[in-house]
Amino acid sequence: MTTTADDSRRARRRATDQRRAVRSDRSRAEARLGWLLAGPAFVIMLAVTAYPIAQAVFDSMFAFRLTAPDERDFVFLSNYTTIFTDGVFWSALGVTVLVTIVTVAVELVLGFALALVMHRALKRLRGLLRTAILVPYGIITVVSAFAWYYMFDINSGFVNSWFGWVPGIGAELDWFADFGTAITVIMASEIWKTTPFIALLLLAGLAQVPEELLEASRVDGATWWQQMRRVVIPNMKAAIMVAVLFRALDAFRIFDNVFIMTGGDADTEVLSLLAYRTSIGRLEIGLGSAISVVLFLCVLLICFIAIKFFKVDLASGTDASGGKGGKK
Amino acid sequence: MAAPGKLTGRKRLGWTVLTVLVLVYALFPVAAILATSFKTPGDLGNNTFLPTTWTWANYEMIFVGNAQELFLTALRNSIGITLIATFIAVVLATLCAYAIARLDFPGKKIILGSALAVSIFPVISVVTPLFNLWRTIGLYDTWLGLIIPYLSLTLPISIWTLAAFFRQIPWELEQAAQVDGATQWQAFRRAIIPLAMPGVFTTAIIAFFIAWNDFVYGISLTSTEAARPVPAALAFFTGASQFEEPTGAISAAAIVVTIPVVVLVLLFQRQIVSGLTQGAVKG
Repeated sequence: MTTTADDSRRARRRATDQRRAVRSDRSRAEARLGWLLAGPAFVIMLAVTAYPIAQAVFDSMFAFRLTAPDERDFVFLSNYTTIFTDGVFWSALGVTVLVTIVTVAVELVLGFALALVMHRALKRLRGLLRTAILVPYGIITVVSAFAWYYMFDINSGFVNSWFGWVPGIGAELDWFADFGTAITVIMASEIWKTTPFIALLLLAGLAQVPEELLEASRVDGATWWQQMRRVVIPNMKAAIMVAVLFRALDAFRIFDNVFIMTGGDADTEVLSLLAYRTSIGRLEIGLGSAISVVLFLCVLLICFIAIKFFKVDLASGTDASGGKGGKK
Repeated sequence: MAAPGKLTGRKRLGWTVLTVLVLVYALFPVAAILATSFKTPGDLGNNTFLPTTWTWANYEMIFVGNAQELFLTALRNSIGITLIATFIAVVLATLCAYAIARLDFPGKKIILGSALAVSIFPVISVVTPLFNLWRTIGLYDTWLGLIIPYLSLTLPISIWTLAAFFRQIPWELEQAAQVDGATQWQAFRRAIIPLAMPGVFTTAIIAFFIAWNDFVYGISLTSTEAARPVPAALAFFTGASQFEEPTGAISAAAIVVTIPVVVLVLLFQRQIVSGLTQGAVKG
């Protein structure tokens, strides 16, 4: 009797062991297949970004010019002291921050308005509006920069003659000669080009606002503004945060518009342009790398602030399966 | 917020005005550069929106005239490099997203996280070391020298978009087909691939946009017509003579590179919107 009971117990244990072994075999095989499929993409992404940034950190500690490749001296952090003691860097940083704050703020308001229009538009109009909105998104930034440049340019532009009645605008106004006017046009083109992206993200967010809540608030006699503030905006907080963060990171890297329109003249130089001109224009690899590293750290800092203080949960905010991001 | 059945006159007027406003906002700069592209050299300086005499001369200049070599080579570079980069990115991202959506393995979060990190990466930060490295190993000013960095632009968004798509596919269908007697491959091909295709296609279009839009890599990693793509060529275009601003030719070239993109947008707007928003935000 006892032996058979032991036997059966042993048999059962053996069976569980086997099952466990099979299961772990299978999960190991699945893990192997998973990495086999996902690995190449992962490796390429790391190779094209992680390796160069490591190289940039390394290069930034050398006095290294391509015009004199043999004189490569280790200078540790002196490139960074050079940057931080130079007014050009602080001015570029200031312009970059200004562009980021202004464009993101304007885009958020404008994008929200566009999203509301698209959301509430009649079915017939919705397709048309969405198509139109996608045109700026589809146009390459360089083309958009040229379009705006030619509109305002003193030689070929028509803005001065169209808006001559506005005080301060006249035939002689050269938009790209002064910081204020130049940066305004640069920001306008940036806003025009990228607001559609925000509008589409916010439109997706709007679609997730529970209809019953709106209905209930309407029954309770809430005004439009109250509905927006109490129901709509709180319910799409995640979408707004993600849109703002992505746009802020993007705006901080602004390059094309400035390069085409002023090339950094009239004090409109931004960080990306400074890095480009230092390393690829003047072949100062060491100094340029240092600026690149600083730019990278700034982007990390923006991310850190967003995640820490505004509690943007990127992983679930962008996770299609999660279904929780929007309801926090 | 269902649309009411009948519209009052005032509401209809309101919607018309709003729609016109949005259309003007979205299309005006495009119309401006389109108009400029038809201007004669004399018209370019007279500060009007529309040309007084319409001319094809600018288009002739870039297609058969003396800017032909510069523009057509750049166009060929752009098309070739962008298509290859898009193709590689979509293939790799499809495999990767399939693994993420379908298989259970450690490291999924790391892969998605690094895709996100790469997508927020400032391009200018990696361009200096790449510039230096490419010159050393001979990739500077070659197609491959742009295709590889373009993958860093296209892979992250492709992975996110496709993973979002693939998560919504009812994978049980595959098992159901197998129960019905199909082999594993047949089940995958018949049940899953048709469901996955729209996602893959949408991702390809978005990836194409992003690579087509690149400027920093284009101007930094090329120096001649061997690999310089259109956006970079536009920026360095000096025109027929040193003393003449090539405004007309640049406008014409800008319109030419815009047309394929706008056509894609018009044809696939529904997919693009769903792909973008699913990849980027869906809480």
